[in-house]
Amino acid sequence: MADIITKTPIWEKLGFRKASGVSEAGWGHTALAAIVSLIYFFPVLVIIITSFKLQTDALAVPAKLFPTSLFGLLPESMTFKPTLENFTSVFSRAFTNGGAVENTGFDRFFFNSLFIAGTSVLLALVIGTLAAFGFSRYPLKGNDTYLFIILTTRMLPAVVVIIPVMLMLRVVGLSGSYLGIILLYTAFNLPFTIWMMKSFFDELSPDVEDAARIDGSSDRRVFFKICLPQVLAGLAATFVFGIILTWNEFLFALLLSSVDTRTVPVAMSQAVSGGGIGVLWGLLAAIETLFLIPVFLVTFFMQNQLLRGVTFGTVKR
Amino acid sequence: MCRSACVGLRAKGNNATADFLGMLHMTTTALPPPPTAPDAPAFLTPALDNWRGAIAAALVLSVIAIAALPAAAAFWTVGALVALVAATFVVNAFRRHYYGGLLVAPAIAMLFVMNIFPLLWSLGLSFFAYQSNRQTMKFVGLHNYIQALTSDIKAPENWANLQTTAVFVVCTVAAQMLVGFLLALLFAKQFPLRRYLLILVLTPMMLSVVAVGVFYTYYYDPTFGLVSQVVNRMCGCQYVLMSNRAGAIGGIVFADAWMWSPFVMLLVLAGLVSVPKYLYEAASIDRVSSWRSFWTITFPYIRGLLMLALLFRTIEAFKLADLVILLTKGGNGTMTISYHVLRIAQEQNKTSEGAALSYLLLFVVIVLTNLYLYVANRRSQEA
Repeated sequence: MADIITKTPIWEKLGFRKASGVSEAGWGHTALAAIVSLIYFFPVLVIIITSFKLQTDALAVPAKLFPTSLFGLLPESMTFKPTLENFTSVFSRAFTNGGAVENTGFDRFFFNSLFIAGTSVLLALVIGTLAAFGFSRYPLKGNDTYLFIILTTRMLPAVVVIIPVMLMLRVVGLSGSYLGIILLYTAFNLPFTIWMMKSFFDELSPDVEDAARIDGSSDRRVFFKICLPQVLAGLAATFVFGIILTWNEFLFALLLSSVDTRTVPVAMSQAVSGGGIGVLWGLLAAIETLFLIPVFLVTFFMQNQLLRGVTFGTVKR
Repeated sequence: MCRSACVGLRAKGNNATADFLGMLHMTTTALPPPPTAPDAPAFLTPALDNWRGAIAAALVLSVIAIAALPAAAAFWTVGALVALVAATFVVNAFRRHYYGGLLVAPAIAMLFVMNIFPLLWSLGLSFFAYQSNRQTMKFVGLHNYIQALTSDIKAPENWANLQTTAVFVVCTVAAQMLVGFLLALLFAKQFPLRRYLLILVLTPMMLSVVAVGVFYTYYYDPTFGLVSQVVNRMCGCQYVLMSNRAGAIGGIVFADAWMWSPFVMLLVLAGLVSVPKYLYEAASIDRVSSWRSFWTITFPYIRGLLMLALLFRTIEAFKLADLVILLTKGGNGTMTISYHVLRIAQEQNKTSEGAALSYLLLFVVIVLTNLYLYVANRRSQEA
């Protein structure tokens, strides 16, 4: 009861506390981990720094890595002047030297990425959860075989599937539409959704459901009122994992999307090669930095679920 | 763990419980008994749950439609007939309480339409001479396969690309397993700021592969690249990483391993945090050396996940194409088999040749996967 009354101090929220029941390591370990993670993070850090640089600074030798000179501590040759120009030119810039400022359409591409990834992951979640419940509670003949075949569809090289899918969508008239790419991504997300959700349903104790059935609950009610509320964490885990996979998908998006449905990775690859003046490093870095933010935040707030998700739900925490 | 994940799926045997409960239900409560399933309708009745009749009708009608109607109309007719058959299945399942099939059906249908049907389609295409930029289509049997395996020009090229892929698979997977494992050991303990440092290590996995590829060319660039700047400073010479085969392969392997080691780390970490702590306490009371306690306590918990990680990463490494496209465009002996397939099918429009080659690749992957699962299963049964 006491912990309801005591407020958590801010430093404990920041991670400065001892977690209960887990083997502890002190600040020495933190220092080691900090060094390792900063080295590991360094290439990403360079991307983020580059997004604040002008093209001349980005190409400078020796590399300018610091946005300030720290009151004269660092030599002038190592510092650059940070600018926000790249971020504004992601959305609108002049394509030719001295030309009129035009809309680059990146607002649309960001919306496309959000819409396509969000819809397909949610759709896969709905269909996959139903299927997982079926596999878990009403096993079919050859249940294991079905599940294994479902997993195998993840192993196919994308090339094998992509050409017939393109032909198929062209015949149906869905090529380059939202629906086509969303359906493909849903199928792409389904296998691990089913596997993960099945492992979550398998863990629930059937006694509660049987008790509800004795009290006269219908099968539908048992699913919605008993089972589903117990696997909410599992749903979150599956969602995060799906978002990470779908958000950055490049090959399918490149071959299937049209101008209107282009996602950011595809648009990014075209922004790189366009113009004939070499890669605009600052611009590319700005796109990637903006593109990283949503998925970074989702992952950060659902970190514990991710740990579970990545194992297809096979490990219990 | 791998067993439960990949092969030995345990089926829930709660049918007996359900029967028992059903009896209990009837005897103790005054509610009406659960409805019994009606008998299946006779073959020719026009009932909505007569799925046998629907399949027969759909087969006959679709043959007629394909023969008589133009392609687009025939396609939609066949689609409508398939929908009709599906509807009869659904009604049938509802009336007879086959909830299992009913719940699973949408997922299976989705996977069938977007994965299995295209797969069969491309299997069919691989027996034809078909180019996506031409209208002609000619049945050639196994010609594409024989060409890919024995032709004087194509076979050595495919073989060389497969060998390059093998080099990539071995190097990237080994690097990822090693780095991922070490990172997981580092993060297995609780320490201050762990949450914040972990997310930094996870970030490479969240980057778009386009950005990673393009920015690694930035880091490897001979004039303004960070890597060559550092090396130039040290040796005083002009250093070009991508100029030879070893350097190019090393560069791609480094980028790929950097990007995907966090994935292996997450898998191993999930195993490490699931080890019950009392085992370590018992071991420390018995004064077991830390090396031994690692092998006898920790390792059994993460072995299954290491194998799962190995499986996933090997399959992904076989598909490695995008980083190669972005970093070297297949030059300097870095052409992988899946980039080769992509190039044949997409850039040169030789659809059926690409399909044949990708089926050979799929065959290799499936054989390797099954071998691996067989060995993994045997090992875990022995242990």
